[in-house]
Amino acid sequence: MAIRNVTLAGLDREQLLHMHYQMVLIRRFEEKAAEEYTLGKIGGFLHLYIGQEASGVGALSALRPEDYVVSSYREHGHAILKGIDPKAVMAELFGKATGCSKGRGGSMHMYSAEHNLIGGQAIVGAQLAIGTGIGFASQYEGKQSVVSVMFGDGAADEGAFHEALNLASLWKLPVVYYCENNQYSMGMAVTKAWSVSSLEPRAAAYGMAYERVDGMDLLAVRETMLRAAERARKGEGPTLVESVTYRFRGHSMADPAYYRTRDEEARWRSSRDPIALFEAKLKENDIITDDDIAAANMRADEVVEECAQFAEESPVPEPDALYDDVLADGTGAIAWRNQPSTPRD
Amino acid sequence: MTGVTLGKALNLALHDALQSDSRVVMFGEDVGNLGGVFRVTDGLQEEFGRERVFNTPLAEATIAALALGMAMKGFRPVAEMQFDAFSYPSFQQVTSNIAKYHTRTGGAVNMQLVIRIPYGGNIGAIEQHSESPETYYAHTAGLKVVTPSTPADAYGLLLGAIKDPDPVIFLEPKARYWMRQDIDIPAPPLPLDRAQVVREGRDATLIAYGPTVQTALLAAEQGESEGVSLEVVDLRSLSPLDMDTLAASVRKTRRAVVVHEAPVFMGLGAEIVAQLMHDLFDVLEAPIERVGNATIPYPPSRFEKLFLPDADRILEAVDRTREY
Ligand SMILES: Cc1ncc(C[n+]2csc(CCOP(=O)(O)OP(=O)(O)O)c2C)c(N)n1
Ligand SMILES: [Mg+2]
Repeated sequence: MAIRNVTLAGLDREQLLHMHYQMVLIRRFEEKAAEEYTLGKIGGFLHLYIGQEASGVGALSALRPEDYVVSSYREHGHAILKGIDPKAVMAELFGKATGCSKGRGGSMHMYSAEHNLIGGQAIVGAQLAIGTGIGFASQYEGKQSVVSVMFGDGAADEGAFHEALNLASLWKLPVVYYCENNQYSMGMAVTKAWSVSSLEPRAAAYGMAYERVDGMDLLAVRETMLRAAERARKGEGPTLVESVTYRFRGHSMADPAYYRTRDEEARWRSSRDPIALFEAKLKENDIITDDDIAAANMRADEVVEECAQFAEESPVPEPDALYDDVLADGTGAIAWRNQPSTPRD
Repeated sequence: MTGVTLGKALNLALHDALQSDSRVVMFGEDVGNLGGVFRVTDGLQEEFGRERVFNTPLAEATIAALALGMAMKGFRPVAEMQFDAFSYPSFQQVTSNIAKYHTRTGGAVNMQLVIRIPYGGNIGAIEQHSESPETYYAHTAGLKVVTPSTPADAYGLLLGAIKDPDPVIFLEPKARYWMRQDIDIPAPPLPLDRAQVVREGRDATLIAYGPTVQTALLAAEQGESEGVSLEVVDLRSLSPLDMDTLAASVRKTRRAVVVHEAPVFMGLGAEIVAQLMHDLFDVLEAPIERVGNATIPYPPSRFEKLFLPDADRILEAVDRTREY
């Protein structure tokens, strides 16, 4: 097969292959994280992004480095896409001092000021309000930065969603409210949780622009997000984007997932896998070969192995460090410091 | 019934309440077919139907307010919050409305409802999934706050909470969900305002509740092998506080240590110590000690054991009261 140097959606071959690689990397990263979780290397909870790679890569590829992202607990992929070294993301999962939040955030709280990642949030819906605050500050400063708020279908039912959307629309804040509708909030099917069949009427209620996109279609997601970010940057106000996707794994590692059938999962995996769909599209246009795909997978495998090794070998934070960074003046936590217990003879 | 876990005992109490009173309804996030994150509502929807046990969308403030509405209409709602910190979005409804409706209507309206909240750490989770919010609630007039420490108490206290005419914040020690005990079922509801002496002793009183009662008992056992006789009191009710039972115990032992997972600073121990100091000033042999967490956000899982009360830290505190 002759490789053609065509462009798709205004992207050249190199860019397209890079986006493909990013999806593969996120998937491998999550698979590795799952493995390490099972080995007991990762504490707390772990929510995987597998199945939603196109939704993430497409959306964040449309943003600029100076744009902000605020996300949920399903944010490892978002953190990597904002440019944080995957090693620092894995180290954060391991709770190590070299993690992007110094091991103090854990799997749900990736953060990097340098990369404008405002952070993951364990409280469902928190990011809607927080992102609105960042958007307000950005507008107030007269900056060109756009905020992308990543949230799930379940978060759209929290009060914060409604408060945030009304205010942002009223004040034309530079925010994209990016709903990754993966059809479930934990065990609750979206069809049983929403009074409407899409978020369109909710956007309309706040006089906000709305776009719905197939979240398994990388390029469609990207183009949608480009339009939304452009509106925000030009001062035309926020957009509510609904990206329809599916999480291939359980809600978290602990989820028996008996609220949906194995059949339904198999159908999505076999016919709607975002990576396979993109590969098919690239092949159709003679942009990628099987060798390219194998090479991307191999490179991703190597990277995640390095991540795991780095995380494993990184130091654990000192227990005493837990008293730091509680208050900015460095004093408050000392007031009620406890002695770590020492075994009695 | 043999080997009943605390989680199962709660399930049985909910079951018996649903069965004996048609006004009892239960709801929350994933409490239906999934049976809740900790499976406390397992099988209840199947048995009692979707009219009595049902899922809600993610909307904690409104979940609390549903309970308010149902209580006002004479139902006996039991709402579930999934984890401690997820109850905070509902805080406005609980503190401003549920806690105050009875007063605000000159006593015309009762808020006979229960809000169940798993709380506390020691399960390898992190902040927002391991918190001890009891004093937020106990500090609010108009609420009752209770927490069981054993399967038997879990069963009896939950039945008591459902039957109580006031709003009850029912805190479930998640680290003890899997604790097993043989219990007699059905059993009568337990009163909500009574502490219980769970172990008798002479030299000092350990005051604990919820997840720390077992820790205190462990410390007492270890103490005995070191020649110290420790009494353990399980508060069961955090608001109101059964000061009579506490005072009787401390009058006898003259020394006390309060143990909780919540930070010591402004924790429930502060109120208990203040009242005991005031009422037993001339009896006490030493200042009352407190063992709890530091004033830091809940630590990452690998460190939680360093910060949670354990038998050693409790016994060190006992030593301080004895060496005073
Ligand atoms: C305020 C609050 N309530 C409940 C939870 C428990 N919880 C965590 S994730 C989740 C489901 C959220 O679903 P969705 O917003 O669709 O995001 P997804 O997990 O599908 O990415 C729930 C109920 C929480 N973390 N915060
Ligand atoms: Mg979802």
